[in-house]
Amino acid sequence: MRTRGAGRLLGREGRRMADAALFEFLHTEMVAELWAQDPDPGPGGQKMSLSVLEGMGFRVGQALGERLPRETLAFREELDVLKFLCKDVWAAVFQKQMDSLRTNHQGTYVLQDHSFPLLIRMASGLQYLEEVPKFLAFTCGLLRGTLSTLGIKSLVTASVAALPACKFQVVIQRS
Amino acid sequence: MAVCVAVIAKENYPLYIRSVPTENELKFHYMVHTSLDVVDEKISAMGKALVDQRELYLGLLYPTEDYKVYGYVTNSKVKFVMVVDASNTALRDNEIRSMFRKLHNSYTDVMCNPFYDPGDRIQSSRAFDGMVTSMMIQVC
Repeated sequence: MRTRGAGRLLGREGRRMADAALFEFLHTEMVAELWAQDPDPGPGGQKMSLSVLEGMGFRVGQALGERLPRETLAFREELDVLKFLCKDVWAAVFQKQMDSLRTNHQGTYVLQDHSFPLLIRMASGLQYLEEVPKFLAFTCGLLRGTLSTLGIKSLVTASVAALPACKFQVVIQRS
Repeated sequence: MAVCVAVIAKENYPLYIRSVPTENELKFHYMVHTSLDVVDEKISAMGKALVDQRELYLGLLYPTEDYKVYGYVTNSKVKFVMVVDASNTALRDNEIRSMFRKLHNSYTDVMCNPFYDPGDRIQSSRAFDGMVTSMMIQVC
């Protein structure tokens, strides 16, 4: 009740801020829950949790890929789809756009975000680098799911050199 | 008012098909199936033409003597096909467009349902069924 009132005071921006915070909390809890349930600390168990998170992101991405594109069939080529990912999808989910998109024009794209919202609260710099992959799995799945609804099979991986900047690498699978 | 409404997946199998129950339903299924060729032709034609604005609504696919078939394709290559009675000349283009828009919105809602697996038949969505019923001819 109180949050709804606060949202009304701040107007539309306030409510959107509340949505973003809710998503961050939910994501943090998801990662904590999936990690805690796994009693096997070895690499096999960790991979399971990562793939579960990625799968959840994939399903959400599929739904997003259906809902976000507007009325026009605007994607004439792959690069347009990637630009849509960087601008519209990122803005809808993280309230900001992707900072840079690079490609080798042969099916590999690197999307760079200098201050990724899900990492920004953790640390700044090189601390906690080993903990980072589980926080990126959901987002990798999200990108893969959105691409799959729009007709592109891909493989998405993430890498972090220094928090909170991270890179998502999208490799298009051509069968 | 439509006589038959179908939702076809990207791989060209039906996700949802419903027709007015009085007629021989196979005839409608067959019409939808043959119209898929026309849809594919229109999609590939759109891809080649360097048009700035590409429409989701494909328009009249082909008219037969009793029925007219309209098509619509989404960004995820899911196709909607609608068969209407040709004698119903009061139906205008923008009415068909609005029917397709409603279909698209309902389909998006079904997709966002976490209990729905993409690629399955749309069977348990009451909202979707209700929306299609409102679009079909009321036959008592």
